[in-house]
Amino acid sequence: MSDVVEIHVNGRAVRVPASASLAAALLAAGESAFRRSVTGAPRAPLCGMGICYECRVTVNGVAHVRACLETVAPGMDVVTGG
Amino acid sequence: MAETAPRRVTADVAIVGAGPAGIAAAVRAAESGARVVVLDEAPRPGGQIWRHTTRGTLPRGARRWLERLDASGAQVLSGASVVDADGPRLLAQWRGEPLVVSAERIILATGARELFLPFPGWTLPGVVGVGGAQALLKAGMPVAGRRVVVAGSGPLLLAVAAALAGAGAHVAVVAEQAPAAAVRRFAAGLWRRPAKLWQAARYRAGVPRARHRPGVWVTRADGDTTVREVTLTDGRRTWTVPCDLLAVGYGLVPATELPRLLGCRIERGRVHVDEYQRTSEPAILCAGEPTGIAGAHAALVQGQIAACAALDRPAEATSLLAARDAWRRFAARLEATFAPRDELRTLADADTVVCRCEDVTLGRIDASWGSRAAKRYTRAGMGPCQGRICGAALQYLFDWTPDRVRVPVAPATVGTLVHAAALNTEPQDPS
Repeated sequence: MSDVVEIHVNGRAVRVPASASLAAALLAAGESAFRRSVTGAPRAPLCGMGICYECRVTVNGVAHVRACLETVAPGMDVVTGG
Repeated sequence: MAETAPRRVTADVAIVGAGPAGIAAAVRAAESGARVVVLDEAPRPGGQIWRHTTRGTLPRGARRWLERLDASGAQVLSGASVVDADGPRLLAQWRGEPLVVSAERIILATGARELFLPFPGWTLPGVVGVGGAQALLKAGMPVAGRRVVVAGSGPLLLAVAAALAGAGAHVAVVAEQAPAAAVRRFAAGLWRRPAKLWQAARYRAGVPRARHRPGVWVTRADGDTTVREVTLTDGRRTWTVPCDLLAVGYGLVPATELPRLLGCRIERGRVHVDEYQRTSEPAILCAGEPTGIAGAHAALVQGQIAACAALDRPAEATSLLAARDAWRRFAARLEATFAPRDELRTLADADTVVCRCEDVTLGRIDASWGSRAAKRYTRAGMGPCQGRICGAALQYLFDWTPDRVRVPVAPATVGTLVHAAALNTEPQDPS
């Protein structure tokens, strides 16, 4: 049950619970700025359920992925702050 | 090379949303022998209330419904977003590809979302919704040792505070904006609903009474890169509480984009339905929170009624109507008790961001405009969330009515969108 997977967050290897959503995993990894707003302010998850789009990050080169709707996968390459 | 023809699914009943209402509708319809397809955005069925990573963590009742869904023969397409709809046909994006669903009947079970009211500091990382905190917690967000303030309105506050405390968070205060007298009256009436009473007692056990403060609300949040401090008031006195996480939300509002796109009549923000959950549009039914916020028990009953009606067997739903009506009365009391107080309209100042997608501040918006003019002049509501967050807030702050729904209802790839125009012109029954 305590399966852990390794993902890469801004090039940094992070071990996170295999069942976690990407949003929860990023919070666990200490990320606070998931994205930058149009005026450059840091933003992080608000609704947690796919509505607000504040948690969007780049996953394996695909931009604007809602981290709260994504489950972590081994080797996932995540870029925040976009 | 990209596919030119979208995938197609035909069914007797297509259900949008796999929360309690959608699940109950799917189970009832599929067990009656109908071909059922369920479209849901989440990775697995359950909706927000039964969100889970493993079923073992769910209450028994929820597990039973999910098991029935598995065995029912209904086709559940998780990760599918509906982007356009025309009559009983839907265009969805599923696994990055377009999908056209043709059905005899559609049951909309699109659920609800949180009402967020802007205040200075609400865009800081670490400020999340109350339902948002619950969703993130269930998804694995660590909270052990973190100082948390839970604020806003509604029964969800205590439930989430108890869940956070159970996961090791230090819940500093639960600030319920509704007046203490209203909350007491509501709690006293819960004996009519034993299930709810049991739930309430369980939640309260997780939060010391002294930390539950009715008649108290958040006026601002402060911090640098993340929230550090929350300012609370009871209308006379103002004080600050240090925290690492602020969970704040003002109850739920029906998600009505898809019903509105389909032309269903909306009354006071809710989808109008007859006693068999039929909307004003032929072949379109609606169940659960979009018809009025009443919770999972109500949604389960409504979903079953909708399924019976969708299969043209409304008589089979007769035994469920009394329960549904009782839940409607409960919903009315819920709404009256936890209605946001007027003071919440004045929390945001001119520099407070209202539309988070486009960083539109309150000072740039004129109260006389209305939703459509605000979009045109400031882009408020034009970002990826398409006004789902700021729209309800602006409606509340300025008594605006929502703008008409635009396609796509959910952001979609160009590959999916090219099929949107065709949805209206294609023959009704593609073979």
